[in-house]
Amino acid sequence: MEDVRRVISVIVMNESSVLARVSGLFAGRGYNIESLTVAPIPNSDLSRVTIVTNGNKRVIEQITKQLHKLVPTLKVIEHEEMVEKEMVLVKFSSDQNIADIQVLCEAYNGGIVNAGEDIIIIMAADESKRIEYFLEAAQRYSPIEIVRGGIVAIER
Amino acid sequence: MKMSGAQMVCEALIAEGVETVFGYPGGAIMNVYDEIYKQNSFEHILTRHEQAAVHAADGYARATGKVGVAMVTSGPGFTNAVTGLATAYTDSIPLVVISGQVSSSLIGTDGFQEIDAVGISRPCTKHNYLVDDIAKLPKVLKEAFYIASSGRSGPVLVDIPKDITAEIADFKYPKDVFVETYKPNYKGNDRQIKKAAEAILKARKPLLYVGGGTVLSNASDLVRKFAKMTQIPTVETLMARGVMGDSNPLLIGMLGMHGSYASNMAMSETDLIISLGARFDDRVTGKLSEFARYADIIHVDIDPANIGKLVDVDYPIVGDVSIVVKKLMDLIKEDINTDRYQAWREILARYEELHPLTYNDSDEVLKPQWVIEQIGKLLGKDAIITSDVGQHQMWAAQFYPFDRPRQWINSGGLGTMGFGFPAALGAKRGAPEKTVINITGDGSILMNMQELVTASEYKIPVINVILNNHFLGMVRQWQTFFYDKRYSETDLSYQPNFVALAEACGGIGYDVTTKEEFDKALKDAIKQDKVCFMNVIVSRFENVLPMVPTGGALYNMLLEHKDQ
Repeated sequence: MEDVRRVISVIVMNESSVLARVSGLFAGRGYNIESLTVAPIPNSDLSRVTIVTNGNKRVIEQITKQLHKLVPTLKVIEHEEMVEKEMVLVKFSSDQNIADIQVLCEAYNGGIVNAGEDIIIIMAADESKRIEYFLEAAQRYSPIEIVRGGIVAIER
Repeated sequence: MKMSGAQMVCEALIAEGVETVFGYPGGAIMNVYDEIYKQNSFEHILTRHEQAAVHAADGYARATGKVGVAMVTSGPGFTNAVTGLATAYTDSIPLVVISGQVSSSLIGTDGFQEIDAVGISRPCTKHNYLVDDIAKLPKVLKEAFYIASSGRSGPVLVDIPKDITAEIADFKYPKDVFVETYKPNYKGNDRQIKKAAEAILKARKPLLYVGGGTVLSNASDLVRKFAKMTQIPTVETLMARGVMGDSNPLLIGMLGMHGSYASNMAMSETDLIISLGARFDDRVTGKLSEFARYADIIHVDIDPANIGKLVDVDYPIVGDVSIVVKKLMDLIKEDINTDRYQAWREILARYEELHPLTYNDSDEVLKPQWVIEQIGKLLGKDAIITSDVGQHQMWAAQFYPFDRPRQWINSGGLGTMGFGFPAALGAKRGAPEKTVINITGDGSILMNMQELVTASEYKIPVINVILNNHFLGMVRQWQTFFYDKRYSETDLSYQPNFVALAEACGGIGYDVTTKEEFDKALKDAIKQDKVCFMNVIVSRFENVLPMVPTGGALYNMLLEHKDQ
């Protein structure tokens, strides 16, 4: 069985140690976490954990079942038809060609978010794959620091 | 009513009908122990080690079907309890373990006897709580009992900081419990059940594969009826011994690494596995790619994560064994033709004749299998048998004539040496009318031998039959077969005086080397109201056979008994 990439949303009670239960399950059972984001769901006592993982069919099935078994888990969504976005922040020197950088960012749903005397900071938000293309393209402007955000996803 | 957190704990235990708490006090749990001192509703048994407290609660739960309760203090008290939690977790035994924690203000400061109990126990409990607010305590306790005993049962830890047990607040124990995110499915999907019923009617060589879940679901009577109605042969896992009753003609035997030849061949040749509360453990399946190659699989399990975990399943049914079996019976009772499986039953009968479970008895030296058969002859269905882990455990599972579920209590999943004796204490407390025998080895028994003192203090007369081969026998057996007889650290020739040890702790000891001595000692021990150590010297190099070597196919068994 070949490995596939999966985006899984886990809706959990927003209570202490719930993230440890989720991440501990991955560590303890030897599953991969490629990225993980977590935030409260507005107007509720729930949180959404978005996990990107990979594994074969049996492993993915186990991951979703084991996640569902956790007592504070309300729902596990194995995304198929989804919109996914990842954000990235990148710092460049102001000596770089700022106009070029701005055009590049705009191609990836981004722009300049901070401009200082020595550095500028940009953001981009797109699918993970496209964020990688963006970062490849950004290499020629010698980025000083790159911060990727992990992905969030919503079922279509 | 206003009361302290400690009182709330006691009131909750009383409301849950708890009769016995096994535990060990200490600094962080003292407030609760002070309340235990003041009440008369339940008894507290002071074990001499926290691990034993949890095993005793576990043995109590396995013998009675009720939730076992243990109580320990923070830090080392809790860490000692972890093996007990893990043992219960792996075998899905309902427990509520209450641990003290350092005061809320000290949490995270590396305080005296502080350890992250919920962090450590997360992977070995069904669920756990750190109570951070006394207002939540009644609900947490109610939930703990509910979660421990519902769905796939398991241990739940409630960790309570010392300031919370001291704090005063309103107490109202909830009558009902509702956990929005936790809804076990008992009923099974009717469409899948219907398909499974059709598969059973169409099969030629169906096999009932019965696991510990049938014990936990109290489904033994139904499963026996199902087998009788369909005349489908049955194999039991280690955890299910007793479910069918050994006099049942449809029981082929125990399967797996040390299962009978006929059972393992049945699994290898069946065309339809009807798995009831079993989880295709590696000790059952052997090499997975060779496992049950001709079979479609009906998998009935309360835990959806067990289904499809190791083998592909054709008829997945998430539900309680009792409920699903009842539905299956209703669906097939009109059309079942038991003659259809006649040829299959005959094949299996021939396998049973070809290689029955056996051993070479001797008059020179006691054979461990003889000792177990003899206990069976003398006590049969009247005894509860607990065991530790190793050769003696496998021989007990193979050679004791089990008659009913909950008669056989062992650490099947985690394989915890030291489990048997404290579990026997718990079982005896839960079923005082039964004789309780712990079949153990000279390795395992030393791992919780301090419980002699508990047994004497509380007059819990369990009989420890130590099958003493002066070896860590199972590891020695593997060294014989797979490590060219390099007996690395398994020779236990240096021995304590078991008789003196028992006597020093208020019990009775027997040294046994012959059949006559064994008979005499056992008959005497049954009459006593004292705990005993029966030091039974058995042949040193006896092996547990049949044996499926790890990673081998289930049908490739080492069968022969050659005396060494």
